[in-house]
Amino acid sequence: MSAEAKTKEKEEKVGLDLSKANFIDIYIMGKRYSVPDTLPIMKALEFCGYKLIRGVGCRGGVCGACATVYRTKGDPALKVALACQKVVEPEMYLAQIPFFPAGRAVYDDIEKMEPTAATVRGMYPEIAKCMGCNTCTKSCPQDLKVMEYISAALRGDIEKAARLSFECVMCGLCTTRCPANIVQPNVGILCRRLYGSRMAIKSPELARRVREIKEGKHDKPMDEVVAVAKKGVDKLRPLYEEVQKDKEPDSTPRFGED
Amino acid sequence: MGYTPEMLEMIKKVEATRAARVEKKARGEEFAAMGIDERNELKKKFHPDYKSDALRKVKIGPNAGDEMVNKFVDVLETPSSLELDKVDLNKVDYETDVLIIGGGGAGCAAAIMAAEEGANVLLMTKLRLGDANTMMAEGGIQAAVRAKDSPRTHFLDTIGGGHFKNEPELVRALVFDAPVVIDWLDRLGTMFTKNEKGVMMTIHGGGTSKKRMHSAADMSGAEIMRTLRDAARGKPNVTVVEFEPAVELILDDKGQCFGAVVKNLETNQYKVVRAKATIVSTGGSGRLHYQDFDTTNHYGATGDGLVMAYHAGCKLCFMHPVQYHPTGVVYPAQNIGLLITEKVRGLGAQPINAEGEQFVFPKEPRDIESSAFIRECHDRGKGVPTPTGRVGVWLDSPMIDMLHGEGTVRRELPAKFRQFMNHGIDISRLPMLVYPTLHYQNGGVEMESDAHSKQIPNLYFAGEVAGGIHGENRLMGNSLLDINVFGRRAGGSAAKASRSVELGSPSLTHVVEYNREAGKKGLTGRVAAPILLPDYVGKIK
Repeated sequence: MSAEAKTKEKEEKVGLDLSKANFIDIYIMGKRYSVPDTLPIMKALEFCGYKLIRGVGCRGGVCGACATVYRTKGDPALKVALACQKVVEPEMYLAQIPFFPAGRAVYDDIEKMEPTAATVRGMYPEIAKCMGCNTCTKSCPQDLKVMEYISAALRGDIEKAARLSFECVMCGLCTTRCPANIVQPNVGILCRRLYGSRMAIKSPELARRVREIKEGKHDKPMDEVVAVAKKGVDKLRPLYEEVQKDKEPDSTPRFGED
Repeated sequence: MGYTPEMLEMIKKVEATRAARVEKKARGEEFAAMGIDERNELKKKFHPDYKSDALRKVKIGPNAGDEMVNKFVDVLETPSSLELDKVDLNKVDYETDVLIIGGGGAGCAAAIMAAEEGANVLLMTKLRLGDANTMMAEGGIQAAVRAKDSPRTHFLDTIGGGHFKNEPELVRALVFDAPVVIDWLDRLGTMFTKNEKGVMMTIHGGGTSKKRMHSAADMSGAEIMRTLRDAARGKPNVTVVEFEPAVELILDDKGQCFGAVVKNLETNQYKVVRAKATIVSTGGSGRLHYQDFDTTNHYGATGDGLVMAYHAGCKLCFMHPVQYHPTGVVYPAQNIGLLITEKVRGLGAQPINAEGEQFVFPKEPRDIESSAFIRECHDRGKGVPTPTGRVGVWLDSPMIDMLHGEGTVRRELPAKFRQFMNHGIDISRLPMLVYPTLHYQNGGVEMESDAHSKQIPNLYFAGEVAGGIHGENRLMGNSLLDINVFGRRAGGSAAKASRSVELGSPSLTHVVEYNREAGKKGLTGRVAAPILLPDYVGKIK
């Protein structure tokens, strides 16, 4: 195979024009590798030959599986990132966190729990030991105000804790850095569930529809349409076209009962 | 970082027509939707499923002779990846009432319901609990809740979207349970987007005739997954084992499912699970990269459950149509293939070509919308080129704030806003560049409406691994719904059945036979399956 063909094959394999790429050195668990400078850490790991088992998930920044810590040469600061989102930097020394012990309090039926400070403090008493260092907030790859939601939880402002933690991907980086041994993501999910289940106002139209279904009000129309469906496309298509013709316009309010 | 100067120059054409388009949109005027015949013709010409090399006939197993998507046939026409000589069926390592294989949304919903029925549940998952496509779903979950809507209308929308091929009884289950599922998730603590009266926000999705898409900002899947995961973890009779996927199902001498052989991914040891009922909820197969498309799917979406079930004698259905989501990221290159939720179009953003023109109704069913994008780029030559040689069309997200008020993008699409800001692009000011991406496995394993296998006793399915619910094309918001509906049904059915099951002696003969047939037919050259993890070593995917 000619050199040119080899380069082409390699490029097809990696899906990137390597001749135009700018390569930089990074250090994966202390070992030096040269990688294109546009890659997120996760793709750089794979490019270097790692087959990932832990430390990989959605690859889109929502699942929190790929918590990573790093330092860059000459800078004492320990930095954190999601490997699928953070693009590599020159002289980056990195390692992924495969697992971090973090306890979840024992609770089951959220509907029977009171959305109060006492509940949250009862489940996670260590939140009272928060010393206000704000390291959790500084180590959040989602830029959430972690310390603020912990203090809201401590005060019993469950709604605020729920809203401030809503975008938490539960990667646990804050937990690895907390000197008070708080497991912030678990406090966050408890508050969100308490808020969603016990505090957010229940939808009246949803309650009505669930009641109708339980009372069998939709059984007959459903039986009829299923019977038509079993007869085949020709019978069903006019019914479909009928409901599609009655398409609700886009300009109506997105909220609100009919 | 951000768009190149050349791309910013091209965006000016989108900006030039924006004000007029917003004005029309605000009046309720849209680009005309296609009729059924027009849709069919477009699809035949441009949808990837219709390319001459898209499909091939399977040569082995229960579906021999059926056409399926090419790269999926690759994982069927190969021996099992289970190392049979390393398995000792006489030594049972785990014993349980209900075994759940796969820890995504369907698996967690099943675990909760089975536990509430009093069963002991063992949930084995390949990655972490909750690492699944459910987590990545953004847009929402359908349910006919409003007075002007009904389960019947939801039924018709779903079955029309699936080209009238869906299994009617499965669709009935789907739409009938839908409001109950929303209520259940709400009570478990899912933070649905609501107004001050508790009314949930609902929007259109492609192919819906009524606004019935419920959401939790643009993290609907993540919010539902986090809630289900926490609720499953809270059940005292649910045991979760992570990084230990099933490799093959075990049958007994009566032909019933007996459990599974699982593999510890760190020690590479195999273990035997004996279960009175088994639920397969392993998800989809986007990481097989059909037709070399980029994918929105989770790392674990390698079709393992389909392969295991097929080896055991289950029939598959609808493995020929694949769902390509019209709006996958094409730029920046780091995020190629990632999902941009249909909610963006639901909120009013229009697809626009290189000339700044509209070319398609923004909310056609996904297969039609995708076909229209492909036509615009490769037939009409009105696509937008990227620096890495890709091509796409604009998705004009700045329209959203103009239509609904400043700050709507940040409020309704916080995750997407953040993801693009990480690369220096403010999507409330600049459009996104998109192209269809491999998104969903429309088909799967045949099952009854109680989630039971059509072929094998004691075996249940839930979630993307199951087939028939969506026919040839799934509508937006019916997947977050289906994992809950059939997860709940599978959990309940399996737990109840487990009380009276008498298991016989375990056997892997079906795997031995499958390997022998593959050998006889010369189907031995490729990688063994299930593959468990995609092979990206030395690649950039």
